[in-house]
Amino acid sequence: MSSKLRDLIKTVRSCKTAAEERSQIAKESALIRTAMKEEDIESRQRNVAKLLYIHMLGYPTQFGQMECLKLIVSPSYADKRIGYLGLMLLLDEKQEVLLLATNCIRGDIMNPNQFIVGVSLCAFGNICSTAMARDISPEIEKVISHSNPYIRKKAALCAIRVLRKVPDLTENYIPKIKALLSERNHAVILTALTLIVEICEMDGTQIVHFKKMVPQLVRILKSLTSSGYLPEHDIGGVTDPFLQVKILRLLRILGQNDPESSDAMNDILAQVSTNTDSTKNVGNAILYECVQTIMSIESENGLKVMAINILGRFLLNRDNNIRYVALNTLSRVVNTDIQAVQRHRNTIVECLKDPDVSIRCRALDLIYSLVTESNIRVLVRELLNFLLIADAQFKSELVAKLCIVTEKYAPNKRWQIDTILRVMSIAGNFIPDEVPSNLIQLISSTPELSSYAVQKLYLALKQDITQQPLTQVGLWCIGEYGDLLVADKSQLPKDEDGLSLNVSEQAVIDIIDSIFRHATTTQATRQYSLTSLAKLSSRFSQSSLQRIKTMIDNYKQNINLELQQRACEYSTLFDFDKKSSILDRMPPIEKQEESPHIGNKNIPTQTPPQQHYNQQQQPQQQSQQQSSQFGSILDGLDSPTQSSANSGNNNNKQGGNNAMSLLEDIFGPTPTPTSNGNMNNNNNNMNNNNYGMGGMMNNNNNNNNNMGVMMNNNNNSNNNNNRSQASALLDIMGDLQLTPTPQQQQQQQQSPPPQQPLSPTSSVLQPVPQPLTFLVYQKHGLNISYECSKPQPNNLSLTNINMVITNTGSSPITNFSLQAAVPKYLKIQLLPPSSTVIPPNNSGEVTQVSKVLNSQQGQKPILLRLKLDFQINGQPFSDVPDTPLPSLF
Amino acid sequence: MAIKYFLLVNIRGKTRLSQYYESIPFEERPAMESEIIRKCLSRTEIQCSFVEYKDYKVIYRKYATLFFIVGVDTTENELAILELIHNYVEILDSCFDNVIMFNLDKAHFILDEMVSNGDIVEISKQHILEFVNLLYKQE
Repeated sequence: MSSKLRDLIKTVRSCKTAAEERSQIAKESALIRTAMKEEDIESRQRNVAKLLYIHMLGYPTQFGQMECLKLIVSPSYADKRIGYLGLMLLLDEKQEVLLLATNCIRGDIMNPNQFIVGVSLCAFGNICSTAMARDISPEIEKVISHSNPYIRKKAALCAIRVLRKVPDLTENYIPKIKALLSERNHAVILTALTLIVEICEMDGTQIVHFKKMVPQLVRILKSLTSSGYLPEHDIGGVTDPFLQVKILRLLRILGQNDPESSDAMNDILAQVSTNTDSTKNVGNAILYECVQTIMSIESENGLKVMAINILGRFLLNRDNNIRYVALNTLSRVVNTDIQAVQRHRNTIVECLKDPDVSIRCRALDLIYSLVTESNIRVLVRELLNFLLIADAQFKSELVAKLCIVTEKYAPNKRWQIDTILRVMSIAGNFIPDEVPSNLIQLISSTPELSSYAVQKLYLALKQDITQQPLTQVGLWCIGEYGDLLVADKSQLPKDEDGLSLNVSEQAVIDIIDSIFRHATTTQATRQYSLTSLAKLSSRFSQSSLQRIKTMIDNYKQNINLELQQRACEYSTLFDFDKKSSILDRMPPIEKQEESPHIGNKNIPTQTPPQQHYNQQQQPQQQSQQQSSQFGSILDGLDSPTQSSANSGNNNNKQGGNNAMSLLEDIFGPTPTPTSNGNMNNNNNNMNNNNYGMGGMMNNNNNNNNNMGVMMNNNNNSNNNNNRSQASALLDIMGDLQLTPTPQQQQQQQQSPPPQQPLSPTSSVLQPVPQPLTFLVYQKHGLNISYECSKPQPNNLSLTNINMVITNTGSSPITNFSLQAAVPKYLKIQLLPPSSTVIPPNNSGEVTQVSKVLNSQQGQKPILLRLKLDFQINGQPFSDVPDTPLPSLF
Repeated sequence: MAIKYFLLVNIRGKTRLSQYYESIPFEERPAMESEIIRKCLSRTEIQCSFVEYKDYKVIYRKYATLFFIVGVDTTENELAILELIHNYVEILDSCFDNVIMFNLDKAHFILDEMVSNGDIVEISKQHILEFVNLLYKQE
C-alpha cells in the first residue's frame, strides 16, 4: 500500500536538492507503476492524484493516462472527478488514447447526476479532438437545452469547441442559441454570447442570423447598468461586468458597417460610457470595451469624441495598466479620428516620462503616428526634450523615429538640418546608419544652406567631438565647405552669432587635429578627417598647407591600412598639378536610388580591409569606375615619361623601357572595360568620379585600386624589376576575373597546334578570330577605332590592329601623329599613318596599321596607351588615352 | 480562443498549477512556462501587468508569493482578465486556509467551474462557492 498524497508532498517539499527530489519522484513513480500493473483498484484514485502532483512538478506522467481512463469508467463520482481531471491534465487532444474515452464521456454527458455531467462536459470542452467533436455533438445539442442551467452553460462552451473543430455543424446550434438568451441565469447568457461571438468570428456570413438580437442585447445591457446592488453578480460594485463586456463585444461585431444596428446602440453606449464608475479596474474594463465598440461601429461623432475623451482620462489614471490599454487603443483608433486624438497630445507626450518602459514605447508609437506637417515643430521639440533624459535603451528607438518624422514632414530644409543636427548632438551614437549620409546628401543638395550648415556643425564640433556620426558629418562639411566656413559669417542667426564665429583656418585645423587625437575617435572618423584635410588643402591658404601636409604625413605609417592608404594617396596627390580639380567641391549628391555612384556610399567606411580584396564580385559598374580613376591618376603620374612613351619612333630607348615597364606594372591588373563606349564615357566622367574619390563617398574599391597604383609606382622608382611585388599586387587587387580558370588556360595553351584548326564558333572559351571593330577614342571631333583581326588562326597571340581615324569636326585635323606604348608582355609594331591630315565632316579616313604580339595571350589583355598630337585650326591638342581591348581578344 | 492557458507560479519560478486550453505539446510546455515566468519575474512593481509574448499577450498579477499568469489572444479585454484573476484569487482565498499544493485538485475544480475551453463559464463567486461546497460535502 503506497503512502498518501499528503505524505508525498511533504517528502518532496523536504528535499534539499533537485537530485534528491528527482530520486524521490522516480521512486514514487515506480511504486505507482507497480500498483498499476497489479490493478490495485483501491489506490487508483490516490495514484492518479499523485501523478497530477508529479505532473505539476514537471516530471513525465504519460504512463498514467490509462489509469485516468479506468477511473472515468468507474461508477463512483469521486473516481470520475479525479479521472477527468487527470484526463484534462495528462492528455491532450492529440493523444490517441483519448478516443477510448469517447463512449464514456458520451454516457456521462447524459447521466442524471449534474455533477457527473459537469465534469464530463468540462473535460470534453478542454480536450476534445475533431473526431470526438463529431461523435459527441448530438449529445451536446441535446444538453444545450437541458433544464438545468448549470449544464446549459457548460454545454454552450462545449458547443464552441465542437464548432471550432467541425464548423459544418453550426447550423445545428443556431436555433438553440436564441432560447439561451432569454435566460435569467447570467452565466448561461454569458456563455451563449460567447458562443455567438465565436460563431460570428469564425464565419462572418453568420452575423446576419444575430442582427435581430440587437434590441434584446441592448435591453439586457440596460438592465445591468441600471440594476441596483445584486450580491449574486456584484464584482467591485458593478453588476456582472463580464456579461457587460461580452455584450459590448457582441454589439461591436453586429454594429460594424451597419448604420441601422449602430443607431440602435448609440443610446446605450452613451449611457454605459457616462454612468460606469471609473474609479475601479472593473468599471474601466467596461469603459475600455465600450470605447472599442464605439470606435468600431458606425456611431455618432459626438459619441466618438466622448470615447476618445474617456481614453484621454485613462491616460491620467494612476494605474499603469489603464494607461497601457488607453495608449494601445488610441494607436488603434488614431486613424479614425486624428483630430480628437490630437487634443490629448499633451497627455500622451507626458506618458513619455512614464517609469514603465512599455508605456513609454506605446506613447512614442502613438506620437509617431500623430505627427503631421502642422504639428511637427511642436512634437519634435517635445521629443527632443525627452531625448535629453531618455535612457539608453529607449534612445535608439526614439532617435530612429525622430529621424523618420523629420525627414517626412520637415517644413523646410533648414529646419530639417537643424533638427537632425540636434538629434545627433544629443544622441549621435544611437543614430541609425543611414542618417549621417542622408544628412550629407541633404546639405550637399542645398547649396544655399551649405554655409549655414558648416558653421553649425563647426560650432557643434567645438562643443563635442565624441559623437561619431556628428563628427563625421561635420568633417565632411568642413572638408567640402571649409572656405565658406572661414569666409562667411552672415549665415547664422543673430543669437547664435553671439558665439563669435570668427573662424580662422588655424582653428579649423585645430579641431580636426583634436579629433585625430581624441581617444574615442573611431578609425572611420579618422578616415573622414584625412579626407577633410585633403580637401581643405585646396581651400585654405598656402600658409595652412604645410600643416595639413604634416598632419597627413603622420598617417603614412599608421598601423591601420585604410588610414595609411589614404594618407599615402593624399600626400601623393599634393604633388600633382591636377589635384585642385580632384579636390573640388562635390556636385550635389542625388538621392541614392537615382545614382549608382552614390549608391556606393552606403558601403561603410569601417569595412574591414579584407573585404576590399573581393573585387571579383563587384558589379561592372564599379570596375568602370575603377578604370577611369586609374586613368585620371595616371594622367598626373606619368607626365614626366610621356614624351618618351612611344615605341613607334624609339627615340629614347631607355625612356621607352621605363615607361613600358611602368605601364606594365600599372596595367597588369587593370580591369578591362567591356566596350569602347564605356571608355569614352569614363573619360568624360573622370572628374565626377574623382570627386567620389576625394570626397567621403568613395567606395573602398576605388581606394584600393588607387593605392595599388601608387604603391607600384613607388616600387618602380626603386626597382623596376620588382616583379614579385607587382604580382603580389595583382593578387591584392583581386582582379582575378582577368585570369582565365586553369581549364581555360590549358585549353588556350593547347589550342595553337596546326592539326587542331579552330572553328570560329567551336567554344565560347576560344578567342574570337573574326575581325572586330572597337571605337576607342572620341574627342575634339577625332574618332579612332580599331579594326582588330587575327591574321593567323593558329597563332592567336598575333593581332593586327588597323587604326581608323576619322574627323567629325568641321575643321580639318592637321599635323596628326599617333604613338603607342604597351606593357612589357606585348610587342608592338606601329607603321606610319596614311596621312597626317584628317579631312573634316567624316569625309575621309586615315589609317595606321599596327601589329601586336601578346606573349601572354589568353591571360593578359591587349592594352595600348596612345599619345596623340594634332592641330585643329592651328591650335595644338595632345592627349594620352588608354585603349584596352576586351580581355582574351 | 480567448484564454490559452492559466498558470500559477511561485516567486521561485516553480509552477504550482497549470491548465492549458490550447493544445500545446507537452514537451514544449516546461520551456515555454519558464520563459514566461522569467519575463514576469523580471518586471518591477511599477511596470504594467501585460507582456507581449509571441503573437499573444500574457497578463499576470502577483499575490504574495504567487504569480497568476494568463495567456490570452490580443483581442481580449486585458482589464477584464485582471478582474478574472482577482475573482479566482478571492474564491481560492475563501476556500483554503492552507497551502494550495495540498489541495491541488480543489484549486483545479474551482478553475474548471470558472473557465472552460478558454472562456468564462461562471463568474459569480456565490454560485461557484455554493457548488464547490456542495461537491466536497458529497464526497
